[in-house]
Amino acid sequence: MASDLSIPLAAASGDAAPDSLWIAAQRRERWRRRLLPLAGGALLLCIWWALIAIFHVRSFIAPAPDVVALTFYQKFDMLMANLWPTALEALCGFLLGNTAAIAIATVFVHRKSAEQAFFPIAVLIHSIPVVATAPILVLLLGNGLAPKVSIAAIICFFPTLVNMVRGLESVGAQSMELMHVLSATRREIFFKLRVPTSLPFLFSALRIAASTATVGAIVGEWIGSQVGIGALIIQATYNFDSALLYATVLCGSVFSVAFFQVIRLIERLVVRWDAGVVS
Amino acid sequence: MASSAVLAQPARAATGSPAVECRDLTVHFASERRTVTALERISLTVAEGSLLTLLGPSGCGKSTLLRVIADIVQPSSGSVRVLGRTPAETRRDRGIGFVFQDATLLPWRTALDNVRLPLEVGGRHELPPGAMGPAELLSLVGLAGWEKALPHELSGGMRQRVSIARALLGGPRVLLMDEPFGALDEITRDRLNEELLRIWRETGTTIVFVTHSIYEAAFLGQQVLMLAARPGRVREIVTIDLPEPRHLSMRETAAFTAQAAHLRAVLETC
Repeated sequence: MASDLSIPLAAASGDAAPDSLWIAAQRRERWRRRLLPLAGGALLLCIWWALIAIFHVRSFIAPAPDVVALTFYQKFDMLMANLWPTALEALCGFLLGNTAAIAIATVFVHRKSAEQAFFPIAVLIHSIPVVATAPILVLLLGNGLAPKVSIAAIICFFPTLVNMVRGLESVGAQSMELMHVLSATRREIFFKLRVPTSLPFLFSALRIAASTATVGAIVGEWIGSQVGIGALIIQATYNFDSALLYATVLCGSVFSVAFFQVIRLIERLVVRWDAGVVS
Repeated sequence: MASSAVLAQPARAATGSPAVECRDLTVHFASERRTVTALERISLTVAEGSLLTLLGPSGCGKSTLLRVIADIVQPSSGSVRVLGRTPAETRRDRGIGFVFQDATLLPWRTALDNVRLPLEVGGRHELPPGAMGPAELLSLVGLAGWEKALPHELSGGMRQRVSIARALLGGPRVLLMDEPFGALDEITRDRLNEELLRIWRETGTTIVFVTHSIYEAAFLGQQVLMLAARPGRVREIVTIDLPEPRHLSMRETAAFTAQAAHLRAVLETC
């Protein structure tokens, strides 16, 4: 704390040295912000481990973190073999659901009557929980990849549709007047104005979709599937193999977080302007 | 700059047909419950190369009148001619530049790309011969060196300068400005007022400028068209007699003060 106080005082003297002091303080602060969440995580792991040890919780009820880590290491190949189909289903569902949502949002923006006819129905379907529709889709589409991909797609579809419609319509009145004065065609207005305006909205939906697509694929695998993270979760639960169950959940989570981060990275590369500032 | 004094002689005004001509222009807006008359039987003539300011209380239809001239709003009755043709024809020919109250820049485009926008839409991909290019226009509005800046990196005044440069691309003969400096601080506003006069002298564009500031109306306008509210109608056309080229210091002269006092007196009856 004492060193923190000395920084502004030193800066006031106007030497070159205070600058480096200030930079060092900034660097320390950055590291602190990076390390503290890790420290928090480590603390929670310790509490978990201590609780298991103190209360003698039996390993088929809940495993200790070190047992989970060991299982993760020993069964890594098997876990990866099961992650692969889940990842594929999530990714295909993500692409399919979002593409459909973007396409339909485009139609809605250009055909108001289509929006008025179908948008309320879309909202209605959206309010049905996926877990409830999953068995229907399995009945319709069988046991292969198709029902899982469709569930992942449906779960992505609605948030993206709602956000994309909102994004495409969030164009300012003056911007539309500007395009009119410039005699821009509808096509030009769409690609030069509406699409870029909608990108921040689209990406906030895609970020959510990255996590929910994984959820959709796993839920799909719960019902009649031999492979995948979802199937493994069910098997491990029925076999009271809690260490494998936890390792499987960890595996699915890591994938989901990685997927989310990839979308965030793409967003940072694409949306480079400050979307908060309306000019 | 040396030529600007010559360009500012009254001789440059009023050649051939008027830039804007409205006859008995009426605009109704229909809402669900009632019809509002925004403009009632407006007649006005703006000479080519002149600078007209529109002054009036809020709700008097100043912006609506400007939007009728720009073919954004359709008149209910009466006629409008811009450069001797209908507003739609002149708009499609890029005869009209429009500066909005907000800069209305596309936030994902650099300053230069924003100025270039008119060349990417509406089937006009080339500048008419002799017209200033985007970079040249940016330096005309005092933003040389800022070509690569994104709108959020610019101040409010700078953003509005970019939007003026965009409106001037292609050399429109009529420039319509809808309270462009209304959201800016007074210092920036004064500076931009003086620069607008310089740009007007250098380009010879006809300007119709909407404002609700008496001082801005008197300082910029060769003539001030005063509108009364509800329904919007012409109250008076005041010719401002100030020596050209005008400078900010003129606002302290007795002549200017008298003009402004007159405008204020009329405005109170609007």
